[in-house]
Formats: sequence, structure tokens, C-alpha cells
Amino acid sequence: MSPSVAEARSAGIDPGVAAADPAPARAPVRIASRQGAAEAGAADREISIKLEDVSCYYGSFRAVQGINLEIASREITALIGPSGCGKSTLLRTLNRMNDLVPVFRLEGQILLHGQSLYGPRVDPVEVRRRVGMVFQKPNPFPKSIYDNVAFGARVNGYRGNMDELVEQSLRRAALWDEVKDKLRQSGMSLSGGQQQRLCIARAIATEPEIILMDEPCSALDPRATLQIEELMFHLKRDYTIVIVTHNMQQAARASDITAFLTMGADRAGYLVEVGPTSLLFTSPREQLTEDYVSGRFG
Amino acid sequence: MSASSAARTPASEALFDPRLARRKLSGTVFLSACLLAIAVLLLALLLLLIDVLTKGVPFLDLDFLGGVPSRIPARAGILPALVGSLEISVIVGVTAFPIGVAAAIYLVEYAPDTFITRLLRTNIANLAGVPSIIYGIFGLAVFVRALHLGYSLMAGALTLVLLILPVVIIASMEALRAVPDSQREGAYALGATRWQVIRGAVLPSAAPGIMTGIILAMSRAIGETAPLILVGAVTFVTFLPTPLENGYTVLPIQVYQWATRPQADFQAIAAATIIVVLVLMLLLNLLALVVRARLSRHVSW
Repeated sequence: MSPSVAEARSAGIDPGVAAADPAPARAPVRIASRQGAAEAGAADREISIKLEDVSCYYGSFRAVQGINLEIASREITALIGPSGCGKSTLLRTLNRMNDLVPVFRLEGQILLHGQSLYGPRVDPVEVRRRVGMVFQKPNPFPKSIYDNVAFGARVNGYRGNMDELVEQSLRRAALWDEVKDKLRQSGMSLSGGQQQRLCIARAIATEPEIILMDEPCSALDPRATLQIEELMFHLKRDYTIVIVTHNMQQAARASDITAFLTMGADRAGYLVEVGPTSLLFTSPREQLTEDYVSGRFG
Repeated sequence: MSASSAARTPASEALFDPRLARRKLSGTVFLSACLLAIAVLLLALLLLLIDVLTKGVPFLDLDFLGGVPSRIPARAGILPALVGSLEISVIVGVTAFPIGVAAAIYLVEYAPDTFITRLLRTNIANLAGVPSIIYGIFGLAVFVRALHLGYSLMAGALTLVLLILPVVIIASMEALRAVPDSQREGAYALGATRWQVIRGAVLPSAAPGIMTGIILAMSRAIGETAPLILVGAVTFVTFLPTPLENGYTVLPIQVYQWATRPQADFQAIAAATIIVVLVLMLLLNLLALVVRARLSRHVSW
């Protein structure tokens, strides 16, 4: 972060002035219900996470500014945008992973079912059990496949039947058939795609409500990528999924809602447009979005 | 691509001077230099080993291992020194392990990256380079005198603990720092607390490196002589040492004492003692290898 902070400083940008310029404050974007999206049968989508005027800072550098966004339950929301526009930073605000960075600061509100994620009594450790995360590069622990899946449950004091939980999590992650005979083998002995599904199983095992995915396929080959996308399609019946992706085809294929972010002159990321994926890719409202999704920029 | 092929003209080609043979020759020269360095090292080691083995082996038998020192070389044994060395290495290992690892965990996982922390790290690296005799002086003042441990094996062991702690801490810090941050993030993202992240994700990955560092540091402690002279290791002990009573000796001091005598036979039993020290170190290094292999069977990055 420090180089970008330095650049912002040397460019003489006053955050206070730049704030209003590139992204005029937007009202939370309302999205029409998509057919078949709401399994509950209700016409209104249940909003799981609501971001209200969220800005993120690393020290004095503003990475993300003024985001208003609603994320619906049991849908796949994709965050797309050019490198450095703050997609990952925004994603990591949702499970408070950014709190691990000492100079990180958040302004605005993030509500999970109406309760503030950053409230004074909220412990980030508890948040992370409810909001799971899958990373860019598969990062299984150097433990057995079984212990990888059981890790999250163990640290959170799970008292149920661990064997069942492990099997169920691996089944949901579409990995059980491939590993059921070698649960004692190292998680690192699996292929890249299998490792990533193991990480998904590991995240599922803490029984989260939301799963965040930070470019989960960027280290995988096309076949493994497709497997993960199919898996996401099945998982959205039970989980709310937010995925950051560099791959526009992936966003178009796999997500219900797409949010397009870009960055302003001060390198702070802001939300340009959000809408149903099919609409955003075919008839975007903003010129910036159209330039990006048609490959003319970014 | 087409642009570059269009631009490839005889004139531009003339700007390159491949001289492939010469480039390859410089590689061969460098490789030869490396081989020569290895050869010097191996030769020195080999000469040393041959000398020690030819002198020492005739004296190596059970009587020698199980006997006590004597004024008559043929009757002398090294049991008190052997037991002293083993006791010391156990005490050193058991004490240096928790202190060293805990200090390393604090410095890598907890300490904020401030000026003071960096100063601390630099100083630990410097401590590893302090001459061991200085540790002996410190041990004499603190353990022997201030803590009233006297010239006991315990005072010697604790002095050696201080001596190897910097090495243990540095090795453990390296092992901890080698664990990728993605491992820590993965554990945090599952709702682990900081301690659970360290215990469950970081330490298992760092364990092979940490254990190797400890064992190698222990083998250094076994070979130390100078600081022990100051904290009371004596040269003629005919009984088995206990940790808190005065009077003990260790193998390198036994070597020192015999090797400085003019008689050829004493030199020979010194050589035999060196063989025992070498075997002990070899065993410890072997143990380090085995431990490393066992602990790292899951780790691969």
C-alpha cells in the first residue's frame, strides 16, 4: 500500500477535495428481483448485507470511497473492475479481514441483517465464523484433508459429530468422492482445483451464512475453474456468495448480480454501477461500465 | 511478431555478438571454482578424520567408554565426561527450547514492527556472534556467584543455554517467517483467534525448521569448551556428576586436558574422545533429519 499512498501524496491530492468529485453520492442501488433467484418464493429479495457509504483507508490513502451496495441472500454477487480499484479491499471488509492490517480504517456502515458488522461489541473473530472466505491461491493447511476441514469447527468449539461434519462439508464442496479414501493424506497433496474445493469445504464447515471468494479461480486451469463455478451454482441454494473476479466471462457466467467498480483520479475505488448480471453486460447504464465490459478499458 | 521479422535485417543482426563458446566457458570456469572450494573443504575434513581415527580407534573399547580418567592412559576412561555432556545437553535442550521458541513467536507473530523491535532483532543477531568466553564470564557472575549454583553442572548448562539462545531464536524466527501469510489468513478467515492461528496453522508449519534449529544448537552446546572452563568444569573427575553438586566435566574439556599433555598415549585417548564427540554430533544431526522428515510430511510449498 505504501507506494500508492506515497503517489497519492506526491500528486498533491487533497482527499477532502477529491472525495466529492469522481463518484457523486449514490443512493443504494435497487435491483429488480430476478426470476428464479429467490428460492424462498417471495417477490422481495432478502437483503443479507447492506453497505452504507463505506470508505476504506490504509493510513492516509483512501482505497475505497462511498460505496452503497445491497447484497441479497442466496445469490452470487460478483465484484468486477480494473486492478487496484479496491475490489479485494471491499470484499475483505465483509469479514473484517482488513482489521488485521494495523493502519486500516473504515468509515460508513456495513449491516449484516441490520446489525452493524463494525459495532463496538462485535468481535471480528465471531464475524469470520459467520462470513467464510476462499482466497485467490488455494491455501490448505499442511495437515490431513480431514484436519483441514475440521480446523474451523474445532477452533470454534464444535461439539457435534466431527466425522459427519467433515463428510457433509466435503460432499457440499463436491470433493467427497475424490478424497473419501484418503482423508488422512495431506491436503497439500491434492491438485490445485481439489485444494480450492478443500478450502471451500473448510469454509463451509464453520456453517457460515456468507462465503466470500477472492478471485478463487485465478490460479486454476479452465477445467478446475468450471468445476468451481458449477459448485458455486449449487452452493447458492444455501449460501450468499460474493466473488471478486478479474475474469469477466466468469462474472457473466456465474453471477446473478454484478457490481462494477473503478477508481478515480486519486486511485480510490468507487462503485460505478450494479445490476443483474445479464443487464450489466448487455445494456449497462454507464459509459464506464460499457467500456470495461466490452474490453475497451482495463 | 511479424513486425520483428520484418525488422530483422543484416544490419541489425550485426549488432549481436553471440560468442557462445566464450559464454559457456565462463560457466565452466565458475563451476570449477565451486568444485575446488568443495574439494578444499573435503580434503581438510578427510585429513582430520584419518588422523583422529588412526590414533584413536585402538583405544576405543567398552572399558574406555565405561571407565574413569586415570594417570595411566591405557586405563583411562571417559564415562564422567560422557555422562556430563549428555546431562548438559538434555538440560540445555529442555530449557532453551521453550524460552527460545516463545521469544521467536513473540518477535515474529506479536511484536509490532517498531524501532525497538527492530533494535531487539538486530541485537539478538549480534548476540549470536559474541565470543563464547564472554558467556562464561557472565555465567560465572550470575549463575555461579549471584544465584549460588556454585561450580555445578547446572551452572554450566544454564551458561550454555544463554550461549545458544540467540541461535535458537534466530532459527525459530526464520522458520516462523517462512510460513506464508496465506496460512495465517486462512486460519483467521475460519474464525480462529490469534493464538489459535499460531498454534493451529503457524507452529505446525514451522515445527520442522524450529526442531532442526534446536537440535543443531544442542550439538553446538555439546562441542563448547571455553565458557565451561570459567564456570567450573574441571579436568579430572572420577565420579558421575549430578546437576547441582560441584564437580563435573564434559567431553571437549576432557579432550583439551589430554591433548595438552606431551605423552603420545594421552594424545591418542584424546583422539578417541574426539571420535565419541563426533559420533554424538552425528547422532544428533541424524535425529534432526528424522524429526524434520517426520514433521514436514504434510508441508510442501
